Parts: sequence; structure tokens; C-alpha cells
Amino acid sequence: MRTLLVWLAGGGLFAGSLQTALANGWNMPVGVTELSGDIYSLHMIIFWICVAIGVVVFGVMFYSLFRYRHSKGAKAANFHEHTLVEVVWTAIPLLILIGMAVPATATLKKMYDASDADLDVMVTGQQWRWRYEYLGEDVAMTSNLATPRTQIRGEEPIDESANYLLEVDEPLVLPVGQKVRFLFTSDDVIHSWWVPDLAIKQDTVPGFINENWVRIEEPGIYRGQCAELCGVDHAFMPIVVHAMEEEEFETWLADRREAAEQEAMGIDREWEMDELMTRGEEVYNAVCVSCHQQDGSGNEPAFPALAGNQEMLDDRDWHIDTVVNGVSGAAMPAFSNTLNPVEIAAVITYERNAWGNDSGDTVQPSEIAELLSD
Amino acid sequence: MAPKVPPQPTLEQSTTAAAGHGHAHEAPPKGLMRWLLTTNHKEIGTLYLIFSLTMFFVGGIFAMVVRAELFQPGLQLVQPEFFNQMTTMHGLIMVFAAVMPAFTGLANWMIPLQIGAPDMALPRLNNFSFWLLPVAFTLLLSTLFMPGGAPNFGWTFYAPLSTTYGPPSTTFFILSLHIAGISSILGAINIIATILNMRAPGMRMMDMPLFVWTWLITAFLLIAVMPVLAGVITMMLMDINFGTSFFDAAGGGDPVLFQHLFWFFGHPEVYIMILPAFGIVSAIIPTFARKRLFGYASMVYATAAIAILSFLVWAHHMFVVGLPLVAELFFMYCTMLIAVPTGVKVFNWITTLFRGSISFEPPMLFALAFVVLFTIGGFSGLMLAIAPADFQYHDTYFVVAHFHYVLVPGAVFAIMAGVYYWLPKWTGHYPNERLAQWHFWLSVIGVNLTFFPMHFSGLAGMPRRIPDYALQFADFNLVASLGAFMFGASQLLFVAVVVLCVRGGRKAPGRAWEHAEDLEWSVPSPAPLHTFDTPPKFERSSH
Ligand SMILES: [Cu+2]
Repeated sequence: MRTLLVWLAGGGLFAGSLQTALANGWNMPVGVTELSGDIYSLHMIIFWICVAIGVVVFGVMFYSLFRYRHSKGAKAANFHEHTLVEVVWTAIPLLILIGMAVPATATLKKMYDASDADLDVMVTGQQWRWRYEYLGEDVAMTSNLATPRTQIRGEEPIDESANYLLEVDEPLVLPVGQKVRFLFTSDDVIHSWWVPDLAIKQDTVPGFINENWVRIEEPGIYRGQCAELCGVDHAFMPIVVHAMEEEEFETWLADRREAAEQEAMGIDREWEMDELMTRGEEVYNAVCVSCHQQDGSGNEPAFPALAGNQEMLDDRDWHIDTVVNGVSGAAMPAFSNTLNPVEIAAVITYERNAWGNDSGDTVQPSEIAELLSD
Repeated sequence: MAPKVPPQPTLEQSTTAAAGHGHAHEAPPKGLMRWLLTTNHKEIGTLYLIFSLTMFFVGGIFAMVVRAELFQPGLQLVQPEFFNQMTTMHGLIMVFAAVMPAFTGLANWMIPLQIGAPDMALPRLNNFSFWLLPVAFTLLLSTLFMPGGAPNFGWTFYAPLSTTYGPPSTTFFILSLHIAGISSILGAINIIATILNMRAPGMRMMDMPLFVWTWLITAFLLIAVMPVLAGVITMMLMDINFGTSFFDAAGGGDPVLFQHLFWFFGHPEVYIMILPAFGIVSAIIPTFARKRLFGYASMVYATAAIAILSFLVWAHHMFVVGLPLVAELFFMYCTMLIAVPTGVKVFNWITTLFRGSISFEPPMLFALAFVVLFTIGGFSGLMLAIAPADFQYHDTYFVVAHFHYVLVPGAVFAIMAGVYYWLPKWTGHYPNERLAQWHFWLSVIGVNLTFFPMHFSGLAGMPRRIPDYALQFADFNLVASLGAFMFGASQLLFVAVVVLCVRGGRKAPGRAWEHAEDLEWSVPSPAPLHTFDTPPKFERSSH
């Protein structure tokens, strides 16, 4: 009897401390969608089932280890088979598992029903950024890590208030309360788009389109990361979702559409070197810097240096072609569907005139637009 | 595999076996040539074990680099490029060069002794299987010094990251894996041939020690899946060098096909690394509980059930890759089902302890820790089987915690338990008990400090295979790194124990552990180079 009480007390203490630990940010988040809540419940049910089985199994084990010590003169019994017991401990786990499979199946079916969405968002993984397209809305954007490389490399201290490694220049903006369907694909290797609070983790596979969906219940900012090893900067392609009320979202969408039109108008005019250099530096630092480095020194052999690259400076057409169409079979992606003509023209101009490169020439957005329309 | 009486070992067989290992009357070659040319199962077993231990430290150093970089946020020691090479090489070396050869080494040493055979069935092939390994892994390690560095795409080498986007050294990696795979297949053939043909007269299948049983089943798994691995890496080779597009979407290929093929190999591979561990633990627990193993027959059936199920669960590694609903359900149910035979095993071990007469020699300590910690790894495995929840667990540190629990305090502890258990048979001396206890306790504490916090960092949202992480994961990682350094350092004690035991120590009799019953304990300690030249008479009471 006393032993039993001690075991019960010990078990209670153990369960209590687990409960405390799990409540303090050591656990899967409950999240902000109905499904994330369902998944959290499944997780907790299976977790407590495991704890219960563990308490019984390890309880018997440690009791035996303590009670039947050779050093205390224990004499071994002689049994080594018992059909009934063996059948029972095969059957009980089977029943528990069936009990577990039922709610898991129901949740999985809900997760797979992406029909009747209010909004479609295309998510494209790229080494090492995310591209979001609001399908049918003429709005698209690229989302890059915003944490300065200097902090990552330890050249300046980490800013503890700035969501180190979990901040982007352009968050994905979504409306609350609407069913949003995601279509996932990739331009290069497999990535995985994961936001724990939305309970969505879906691989982006080149050549394939995967589906998942979400209906966010609370406005807020939800952060996640790429979850599938995708190369050098796998750790540096975070995801930020900014969920806002529907009206606010509609306004945001309209603003974005207008800005895109504005930029489109800029294609036709002649741009000054200064303008192109300023814009080009922004684009370079968001998109190119992870491979070719801030000072254009690259990372041989996969990522060639751009500073002092004579081949590139001598052959302007080749330079444009490389940025627009990428290099097949190598890490350099085609930027024709990621960047607009203004951005492409600006970044090429920047590469030809920064870090001591002195081609002195500019590349005009109109030139790129013409190339793309062919 | 119905129990049946095996053919009597004929005179012809014994002659073949004897001829293979250099005749007892001829002086064997000395020095290096002796080890290069040996066909003796004990010497080859020793070679395997030394090789495995060396690679355990090489892979361990890679792990230390990883843990040192993750000690605190920010990049301090290595760049992401090299970090990825370290995680990849750590995984590859530990799986293919440390754990698998360790089990093969134990099989070489112990299977002939446990079934009363004079040697392995194919001794020259045995020599060849071993010597392929140093070649394979010298080649693999040499990629660290090649331009572009070593493989950096994870030990799972998913295409197209490993094909279109892989470093130039990928082709060498493929070749080295081919060689290691051939070694495994040849080793498996040899083990099957030995077990099926060379058991002592009177020993039926259902009389075999469980280590022999689990290895027999493992060997069949190896023969079934290693060719699939060979196939998938050959397809990679073609994609990289000969312009095919098996896995390249741009050429009409399918990157997901790679994962199906890889995991069709990869999941049984997981059981290849754990089934022989079950066998070792099933030998040690009865010995030190002084009581027969509970449910011998159900242990055999459970092993077979796990092996069969292992072919039906591969896609649980791919729950978030975009499988159709019906595939998710099928693989979720099958995966959950594996918990049943695995549970049977754990229950049997614990019932063996119940009402035993238990003592805690070093092999027993490791075997008991195996039962507890492997079961914890089994629990997280059961959680991972729940497909909807796996959408949150997948590719996080929760998974890292899970498979390290099954592989380190699982497979590796079982190997160490086996080494402590059989060292007296190999060397004629008992291992130093005090040192072994220190090794045990430091390892147990270290391993839990390393891997337990990873459950939490994973649940809290930390993806795996990242060289730098957000600040909320800092505490978990700090503890894990300290634990890893502790675990790594305490393995030096293991080397010390083994070296001291080879050199001397308390003399062990033939039956080094009083209640040990299998045939290996009927020969003197240390086991002479040639044993069972005349087949022993097997007595049924052993089981
Ligand atoms: Cu990625």
C-alpha cells in the first residue's frame, strides 16, 4: 500500500511538471485555425497515451529491478510463457491505436478539403526566398530575410527586439475569416513552407503543385521557416504571415495593385544612372546577396564573383541573359518571373557599376521589357 | 520459415570452411598481411568492430562541430556551407560506417559461435566484404578535401538538391555508397548461408538464440533493400553525368519519385539498425535476470512482423510532400500497427525481469537503459505516426530527438551492451567494472541532456538542419550542446575499457556470466582461433 502511494505521488509529480513545462512555450502551439486546434488536441491525446503507457511499463520495470535484486537474495521464478497474457498485451495496444486512428482520420480528411476557397495564393519556393502571388488579383511579391547578415556573422550584436532570423521585408498578408487556398511549387529544389500557428507545413516541389488551405481566426503576425533542407541558406528563408481584418486586407490589396501599375509605367521612360544604382542596390541586397555576397566576391565554385568579373563586364548581352534566364544545371535561377523589368534593369546596372566595376553603361527597363515580350 | 531440422553439416562443408582460413598447421602470414588476408570469422569480426569504432569517432567529431556551432545563436565557428557538409557526413558515417559495420562485426564473431559452426559459410567473401568498407569510406571522407566540398544535402540526399544542385563530389559519394552497399549485400548473403546451413546438429530454427534470429531477418531485409538504394543512386549518377531526367522536373522527371525509392530503402534500413539490437538485449536480460527469456516464440514472430511491416510504411517520411489522402491514411495505419509487435518485445523484456534475480553488471546496465530509452524513442515514433500531427512535427528537432533516441541509446547502447557482454569471450578478461560504470552513467546522462531538449525545441518550432536559429531556441540548444560534449568525451572511457580489457584484467572462465546459456559460453575464454571444428552436440534445454 505504501509503495503504491509513493508511486502515485511520483507519477502525479511527473505529470504535473510535464504539464507545467508544456504550458510554457515548450509545446506545439494551439495556433489560430480550427485545424491547428484539432492537430494540437491529437498531439496532446497521443502524448498522454504515451505517458500513461510509460508510467505502467516503466513502473513495472523499476519495481522489478528494485524488488528482485540478486544482491538481496532474490530467487528467480521459472515461468517463460503465458499465452493469455501475450494475447492481451497484443490486443490492448491494438484497441488503443484504433481509438487513436479515428480522430486522426477525421482531421486528415478536413485538412485535405481545399474546395470552395475565397482566395488563392500561389507560394513558390526559391533558393532562398518565397514568392507570393495573389491569383487573379495582379498582385505578387517576393519575401526575403530582413535580418542583416552582419548580425548573423557576428559583426554586430544581435538585435533581440527584431525577431532574429524570423523577420522578412515583405510579409504575406492574408484576410482573417476567409478560406485561403495555397498552391505550392518551387523554382529549384524542394522547400517546405511551415507556419506552426497555422499548422501548415507543405513541401514545395519543382514541377508539382501541392494544395493546402487555411482559415485564420485571429488577426496577428505569425512566423515560420522553411522546413526542408534546400541548400546553404536554408536557415535564412523565414515566413511571416500578417493576418488582418477583411476590409483592411482589401485596402492593402488595392494599394498594392496600384503600386504595381505605377512601376509598370516606369518601364517606358529613360532612367538615370543614379536612380538605377539606388534601386539596383536594394534589389541586390534582397535577392542576390546570399550567394554573390554583399561585396560581390561570390563563393566559388558554385557562386562566381561579380566584382572584377571581366567576362561579365565585356559581354553585356550575356550578363542580361544570365540574370533573365538563369543558368541551366547550375544554382543561378531565371529572374524573369521573380523580378519586374525595372528591378532586373536596375540590378544589372548595379552589378556593372558597383564594387569598382566600371562599365559605365546602364541597362534600361524598356530594354528588358522588350526582351521579355519576345 | 517453419521450424525444420537442418541438414547435418557434412564433412565437405567443414573442409571448405577449414581450407578458407589458412590451415591450422600452416603458419598464418604475420603483421599487416595477416589482417589483409584473414578469412577467420573472429579476426574479421574484430576488424569490423575496430573499423566501426574508428568511424564512430569520426562521425562523432562531425557531430561535435555541429553542436559547437549550435551552442549559441549566430554563426561562430563554421559557415552554413560547411555546416551542411558536417550534418550530412555525420549521418552517412554513423549509419553506414559505424552502426551497420558494428552489427556485422558482432555477427561475424558471434553467429558461428552461437550456432556451433566452425566459421562463416563463405570465408573469402567475408574478407572481401570487410575490406570493401575502408575503401568506400576513405573515398567518402576524401570528398571533404575536394573543390566544392563534401556532400552537403543531408544523409537523405533528396533530389534535385543532390543532383542538379549537388557539389561536384556527389559522384564520388555515389561510388562510395555503391561499394558500401555491395559490402552489405555480400555480408548478408554470408550470414544467411551460415545460419541456414551450418547450425550444430539438432539445433532447429526455433532453438536459435535471438541474436541469430534477428540477424537472419535483418540479412533478408538488407538483400531486399540495398539493391533499391543502388538503383536510386545509379539514377542520380545518370542525372548528374549522362543527361537523364529521372528526378529533374525540367526534363519531365519526378523529384518525389526519389523520395519513394529512397524511403523504400530507408525505412527497412532503420530496422536493419535496430533488429540485431533486439537480439543482443534479448540475450543479456535473461542472463542477468537469471531467468529464461519470456515469450521466445513471440519475440521471433514480432521480429518477423516488424520486418514485414517495414516494407509498408516508407511514405510516413513523406506525409507533407503532397501525397493523396488515401496514401496518407494507408501509411498512417500501417505505421501505427508497428507499435504492436514492438510493444510485445518491450513487454517480454520487462516480464523477463519480473520475478527474476537481477544483478547490474555493465552489459545489463546498457541493456536496461536500452529498454527504457528505446521505448521513449518508440513513443515519439508513435506520435510521429499520427499523420495530421506530423504536419507539425515533420522536419523539426522533434524528429531529430526521435531518431536519435532509437539510434543512440537504442542501437549504439545495444552494441555497447553486446561488447561488454562478449568482451570476456573475446579477450579472456572481464572489462574493468568501475570504469565501465563511469562510462555508463556519463553516457546515459549525456545522451539525455543532448536529445531530450530537442523534443521541446522541435515542438516550439525549430526546423532541423539549420546552422543558426531564432533566439527562443537558445536555451534548448545550449543544454543539448553541453550534453553532446559530455557524451562525446565519455566515449573515450569506452575505448579505455576496451583497450585495458584486451591487455589484461580479471581472468574470465569459459562461461563468463554464470547464467549465460548460449553455445558461445561452452568454448574457452578467450575463444581460440578455431572453434567447433567438430560440431557440438546441441542440447535442447538451452531455450
Ligand atoms: Cu528552403
